[in-house]
Amino acid sequence: MGAQLRVYKRRIRSVTATKKITKAMEMIAASRVVKAQRKVAASTPYATELTRAVTAVGTGSNTKHPLTTEAESATRAAVLLLTSDRGLAGAFNSNAIKAAERLTARLEAEGKGVDTYIVGRRGIAHYNFRERTISHSWTGFTDEPSYADAKQIAGPLIEAIEMDTAEGGVDELHIVYTEFVSMMTQTAVDGRLLPLSLEDVATESSAADTPSKGEVRPLYEFEPSAEDVLDALLPRYVESRIYNALLQSAASKHAATRRAMKSATDNAGELINTLSRLANAARQAEITQEISEIVGGASALADATAGSDK
Amino acid sequence: MAAELHVELVAADRQVWSGEARLVVARTASGDIGVMPGHQPLLSVLESGPVTIRTSDGGTVVAAVHGGFISFADNKLSLLAEIAELADEIDVQRAERAFERARSEADDSAERRADVRLRAATATR
Repeated sequence: MGAQLRVYKRRIRSVTATKKITKAMEMIAASRVVKAQRKVAASTPYATELTRAVTAVGTGSNTKHPLTTEAESATRAAVLLLTSDRGLAGAFNSNAIKAAERLTARLEAEGKGVDTYIVGRRGIAHYNFRERTISHSWTGFTDEPSYADAKQIAGPLIEAIEMDTAEGGVDELHIVYTEFVSMMTQTAVDGRLLPLSLEDVATESSAADTPSKGEVRPLYEFEPSAEDVLDALLPRYVESRIYNALLQSAASKHAATRRAMKSATDNAGELINTLSRLANAARQAEITQEISEIVGGASALADATAGSDK
Repeated sequence: MAAELHVELVAADRQVWSGEARLVVARTASGDIGVMPGHQPLLSVLESGPVTIRTSDGGTVVAAVHGGFISFADNKLSLLAEIAELADEIDVQRAERAFERARSEADDSAERRADVRLRAATATR
């Protein structure tokens, strides 16, 4: 076998192996998207009910709470960025990181210092490489986040927001995550979690359960008191929002992986086709050359014998 | 007055139970509370404890609930819990083991959780 042909054959073998791997990864991701989507759906009732409860307290009492009142002049903000632990997901992580950087730039332009909190190894690696400080980071659960993970993330964030700014606390809490719109579309979005603007929550809850317009909100009896209820409610609300963001991020990551692996598989298929054609051409050229060598050799031999007969 | 109220028992990651009921008893921060149809709108913090739901068809549903809220308005009651388990879902042996372990390690909160689980599980049997 000629050298050229051997090289092509070797490359075809290697691309075929790669294709098998990417195909398997695509199928794994596809099955995980469905699972992750189911988890997002399963967490929705809790989030809806919690939002309703927060709205009820917010509108049904005149309580002022550090988590709902806007600071006169906010000087520090926390940004929670959700990325994934593993790559191979197209632009998934870089989109989220870019969104976080845009948000950071905007906040800094408003004169606020920014503390960055990161979930996922990819985001951490990005920030470490640029030698930026990370206030807190978490890894190891981005593929299948549980509620306990969300609690673990919410803990330090709530602590920071309850602390005075002078002692290293923050006034605002923003979150950047990838929203799962559909199997084909995932967009990196940012939103402010705290201080809570009750109008936002109200519109959100009305979108969720559409009460009739102009309906009088029931006057709630709070036990033990509106303050205590709000105290207990708001951290849960933050946790549930973070949990929801984690789940959406995980679903988005799997969808992005699936898409990236699908195009990798398609590319590998195309490459195999091209290489097969080249290999065929090389084989054909080799055969043609061999034939012409034989014919040339035979005719030279024939010429020589014809000459000696004379 | 309506004879039934609609109950939604939801945990952070799933809906645990939903249906019609005549009476719901839960433990709040200030003591046990019973909610019947037509109760005043209420929002309260739940303690870890068993929740008893008397369903409209005469049955009883018991669940162990760890932390969360109870809210009632428009004849609709929602029980929000970080962790909620129906009594039939609770693995009694596992809860007993957890209880023993928590007691030997003097882990108060874990002991309490296991205790609530056990009581909820035994209430129906």
